[in-house]
Amino acid sequence: MTFTHALFYLFGGILLFAAAMVVTIRHPVKSALFLVLAFFSAACLWVMMEAEFLGIALVLVYVGAVMVLFLFVVMMLDVDLAKMREGFGEYLPMGGIVAVLLVLEMVIVLSSDMFSPQNMPVPLEHAADYSNTHALGMLIYTAYVYPFEIAAVILLVAIVAAITLTLRARRKHIKYQNPSEQIKVRREDRVRLVQMKSEKRS
Amino acid sequence: MIPLHEVLILAAILFAISIMGIFLNRKNVVILLMAIELMLLSVNMNFIAFSYYLGDMAGQVFVFFILTVAAAESAIGLAILIVLFRNRRTINVDDLDALKG
Repeated sequence: MTFTHALFYLFGGILLFAAAMVVTIRHPVKSALFLVLAFFSAACLWVMMEAEFLGIALVLVYVGAVMVLFLFVVMMLDVDLAKMREGFGEYLPMGGIVAVLLVLEMVIVLSSDMFSPQNMPVPLEHAADYSNTHALGMLIYTAYVYPFEIAAVILLVAIVAAITLTLRARRKHIKYQNPSEQIKVRREDRVRLVQMKSEKRS
Repeated sequence: MIPLHEVLILAAILFAISIMGIFLNRKNVVILLMAIELMLLSVNMNFIAFSYYLGDMAGQVFVFFILTVAAAESAIGLAILIVLFRNRRTINVDDLDALKG
């Protein structure tokens, strides 16, 4: 077993442990923190597989932004934890059976000859001056420029949707019309006749 | 060095764990969203592994787009969650039966 293979087992083990803790731990804040650990060890694995840009993007975008968003939301909501845990183990046998069967099937398929190290040898390492970011950028800005623009629009739509959903309108600053009030209005409500003497011209 | 099938099995186990998470935490929407993020992570792991072993950068471009869409999805999901909590004072899935489905 080489050093990188041992590292793979280390990061993979941490990843699986953190993922298991995310779905089983009691408190949502701790579960969000374990999700951070899972993403971080996944980023380590990606860097080992020469996807440096995506590994760093995973740490920056996910650990830095999305997980902080999760933590904010979890801490903002006042959740009744005891009620949430009701019936936690209720679906454990069924979920466990599904998960174990899924893993077994995948192991049977993936252990076939097609994915063996003989058929899929580890590629040669790139030279030290090879830039993964450069290669990815060359691809994104030429062949995939149209999907890239669509991804940008999707992010814009996400921003607009998130803001419009959560924006709490300040009631007193908003002026709006009430059509039924407008239709119901009568002359007596709006016009007031005042009896008074005419003023003398001074 | 890392053999390909071990990476794929790791991603499969991760996917199975997150499916079990959806079965276990059927009441808490926040944990459900986290389990979905874990699922997307395992799918991305497969893309990266095949991109590495087949020497094709297109897999990494796909991971890039999946990350984009997943970030948008979780942002909108959490926004919906906040509006939900503001209106109903609960995020319990069992209480969200206004549609009588």
